[in-house]
Amino acid sequence: MAVMTMRDALNLALREELARDKSVFLMGEEVAEYQGAYKVTRGLLEEFGPKRVIDTPITELGFAGLGVGAAMVGLRPIVEFMTFNFSILATDQIINSAAKMLYMSGGQFKIPIVFRGPGGSAYQVSSQHSQSIESWYAYFPGLKVVMPATPADAKGLLKSAIRDDDPVIFIEQERMYGMKGEVPEDKEFSIPLGVAEIKREGTDATIVARSLMVPVALKAAEELAKDGVSCEVIDPRTIRPLDIKTIVESVKKTNRVVIAEESHPFAGVGAEISAEINERAFDYLDAPVKRVSGVDVPMPYAKNLERLAVPDVAEVIAAVRAVSYL
Amino acid sequence: MLDAPTDARNQISRSPAIEEDRETLLKILHQMLLIRRFEEKCAESYSLGKIGGFCHLYIGQEAVGVGAISALRDDDYVITSYREHGQAIAKGISPEAVMAELYGKAGGCSQGKGGSMHLFDKRVNFLGGHGIVGGQIPLATGVAFASKYKETDQVTLCFFGEAAVNQGAFHESLNMAQLWKLPCIYICENNQYGMGTSLARAMSLQNVAEKACAYSMESEFVDGMDVLAMRRATQRAIKRARENYLPTLIEARTYRYMGHSMSDPGNYRTRAEIEKYQERDPIRIFTEALKENGIVTDKDIADLEAQVKEEVERSVRFAEESPEPDPSELYTNVYANPIEN
Repeated sequence: MAVMTMRDALNLALREELARDKSVFLMGEEVAEYQGAYKVTRGLLEEFGPKRVIDTPITELGFAGLGVGAAMVGLRPIVEFMTFNFSILATDQIINSAAKMLYMSGGQFKIPIVFRGPGGSAYQVSSQHSQSIESWYAYFPGLKVVMPATPADAKGLLKSAIRDDDPVIFIEQERMYGMKGEVPEDKEFSIPLGVAEIKREGTDATIVARSLMVPVALKAAEELAKDGVSCEVIDPRTIRPLDIKTIVESVKKTNRVVIAEESHPFAGVGAEISAEINERAFDYLDAPVKRVSGVDVPMPYAKNLERLAVPDVAEVIAAVRAVSYL
Repeated sequence: MLDAPTDARNQISRSPAIEEDRETLLKILHQMLLIRRFEEKCAESYSLGKIGGFCHLYIGQEAVGVGAISALRDDDYVITSYREHGQAIAKGISPEAVMAELYGKAGGCSQGKGGSMHLFDKRVNFLGGHGIVGGQIPLATGVAFASKYKETDQVTLCFFGEAAVNQGAFHESLNMAQLWKLPCIYICENNQYGMGTSLARAMSLQNVAEKACAYSMESEFVDGMDVLAMRRATQRAIKRARENYLPTLIEARTYRYMGHSMSDPGNYRTRAEIEKYQERDPIRIFTEALKENGIVTDKDIADLEAQVKEEVERSVRFAEESPEPDPSELYTNVYANPIEN
């Protein structure tokens, strides 16, 4: 095990996969000469050259579609969005081309592409640069959506995403790039898509958390343990396909569940998980499913307002107490 | 008739001397005639409720697709919009597989999952029919990118209507193609109407070929009713693409005789306007040129008509007899690597 940041774990995954397969290439804004706006692609231009690590113009729809076209004829593009906020410009190509090509061609054209970059809340950049849009992409059959919460998961899941034959939306939390953790050094280490992980075992309540909310949920569980409340923290890691079985098994054991997410609540991933739990484990619930979400407003700039917009440890603790009638 | 471009740099390419061998010329004539009769049959089948959804016919524009595709090698790529039945046939998908797809049958080239707007055949490098205006242009650019990346000399032909030129996807793609020198040939089929909106009401600079100068790209303005002019212009573009990885923008000035789709009565234009263009019908002027040059006789034409009639009837029989997709197919091909949960 080596201790490294999420940024370096992602960088290592990219480096290993570029070295492993010549059909893999990386493109995006500032990924090459600038070394990445968030330095995830640092050093890759020097190692793999300008043919395989490509700076693009600011033309998200164009280069997303270019990537899908290249994937149609056998390449395995990794398309970086400087942030997922900018992927909104490329949604036609992601949804109408990448997600549906295999189906509408009757299985002839698979699209092995990864769209990756930072998403979720950032620090004080206001509404257009700080938001969670995973529920958009998770809505569409044909796409896979991955959101890692630890450096090891980031590395293992990104390697699987690059090797996968389907289009994968890989959302890295912008605030978490500097977070450190242990990462296996084995070059063949990878984590399968679609498998949740129990980040902490417990018996009294389940907290389902993804991305930035995983460390928040773990901290809440730690605090609640001091009061004798044992929380199980489950990280789905892959949003689509969702490992609902692991979540439901946990709920059957604890009978209480809180879903923590930084995204808006309306038509969000938490709403989907809640619906699944109600359909599959209603009789096991001792309290209604409770969501802790980002507030239902565009992200504000002011530091105090921004803090209020994103769920924190205290809110998760309060939610667990509420479903436990404590 | 075709309006002359206002910019002297964009002289129209038309009426080249015939230099192809007879076999090539007959193949071109056969394809144009087959597409014409095939599309007429589509209109009929649509009216009978055999074909559903949207159905955009190519009648009037045959010279563009046939002329351009006739210049390709088999291993080159074609990617296009939703008005693509004719181009699919010209690239080598059988009329049977196209008709069965329109009928929503398992024997269709996309197994009945794509329909009229989404014809695909990997075996002949026909990369689809795409339904969002301009959506295929970035895809084509990526296919050309892959050819250069893999160091092959394959070229990619990308067809789109003039209305797609107003989309950002067009401009973003041409910029990247010239910037990175990608072997993509962009063929704008300027049929002068985006659905019911005329070019004059939708485009500030109406000479599409001229827009290439914004990207320092080679371009050509071609009589899209003249199949050999289309073929020559495409051959020139292919030479640039194969030898130097350079893209080209070709504007083919053409006209569609039918509505935008089968549900369009075409109230935005006059009968007289349609008839004016039909005077230069691409199949008729090509046939006349071949006759004048002693390449075909009236009997050859009659034989060809009979052959095409049989081919179209065969495609309908195949489509009628092909089974519907099995209900289990609803759930296949969503993912190449499905994950069970």
